[in-house]
Amino acid sequence: MSTTPETAAETGGHGDISVGVQGASGSGEATASATRITPGNALRPEDIALAVSRGTAKPSEDVAEFALRLGDDALVLAQRLGHWISRAPELEEDIALGNIALDQLGHARSFLSYAGGALGEDGTARSEDDLAYFRSEPEFRSVEIFELPNGDFAVTIARQFVVSYYQFELYSRLTQSTDATLAGIAAKAVKEVDYHRDHSAQWVLRLAQGTDESREKMIHGFKVIWPYVDELFRDDELTARLSEAGAAVEPSSLRANFDRLTGEVLAEAELEVPNVQPTPGGGRKGLHSEHLGYLLAEMQVLAREYPGASW
Amino acid sequence: MTTEPQAGNVWPIWEVFVRSSRGLSHVHAGSLHAPDAAMALRNARDLYTRRNEGVSIWVVPAEAIASSDPDAKGSFFESPQGKDYRHATYYTKSEGVKHL
Repeated sequence: MSTTPETAAETGGHGDISVGVQGASGSGEATASATRITPGNALRPEDIALAVSRGTAKPSEDVAEFALRLGDDALVLAQRLGHWISRAPELEEDIALGNIALDQLGHARSFLSYAGGALGEDGTARSEDDLAYFRSEPEFRSVEIFELPNGDFAVTIARQFVVSYYQFELYSRLTQSTDATLAGIAAKAVKEVDYHRDHSAQWVLRLAQGTDESREKMIHGFKVIWPYVDELFRDDELTARLSEAGAAVEPSSLRANFDRLTGEVLAEAELEVPNVQPTPGGGRKGLHSEHLGYLLAEMQVLAREYPGASW
Repeated sequence: MTTEPQAGNVWPIWEVFVRSSRGLSHVHAGSLHAPDAAMALRNARDLYTRRNEGVSIWVVPAEAIASSDPDAKGSFFESPQGKDYRHATYYTKSEGVKHL
């Protein structure tokens, strides 16, 4: 794909949306009214795409690779969670999981829009859509926990519990990043992930302390998910360099808070941390389980079948 | 507040009131299902404040609300009709009264 953000804007891509909203709505605090509902102000993926296309935000190669990792984590999780719509135990829970999926999709769009500013074998920038729809499985950098099948509701809640506590620690720390765009994305995302923590913790408590069956399923859910926890916290050369530069943090440095905070909820739910062997992982290097290919096939088929499709 | 789960594993209904802005009152937004008050608040947040509609939410078990009888409209609500002396505009202003 050689479409640059500039040409995307001219043909009615994301840049167009961004300009339209900024120009027309005037949704700032100055025009806020007591009775009129406004979308409010927040850093949006469109703003990032525009900044990248204008050259006012440009990630270093390392930062772009890091943004790609976090964007892929969020994108794959959004795709998994979206599957729950119409399948959750109650309509209200459909919407709760759908909301969380959309939050994750928003984070993915921001990270990928930013990552696209530095990538491309032909030297051109790539859009969020280029990265989401036109990369193959080994080019994805997400870790395995995100691509695991949803399982039953308790398995999904177990994963949500783990990843939301992980993402909260990560984004909290990234708000201090020396990279202003990463810090900005994290500042927006951390509030949303805070709610995801609450949602999953509420369900862990209820399932674990509900009926015998719900407790059994919650215990099973954690047993399925826990082998994939370690991979989230593994350092490598990239995170070492970024941590040195102050742009990111070593994942291992998030582990103590994660263990403490998840431990508090698990103790209240009278659950044990499962005693399981960690998986070898490899997602950050593009080595994935058998599940990701199917997920991507479903996610990418429309964009690949009808390139440039929009609605 | 605890609300016991109903028979047949159906979550009870809660009525949701959302305050859109500081200084305004909570307004009935709709209803939802939830197993308890804590989850009702969260479901209300997800269902009724997705578009920046609120700064505060109340949830009330639907069964805790006593409502007027729709069939008693005549005796309940039509009695004040025609009683224009209950409105300030019925009266003429006395001479010399300021700031009215």
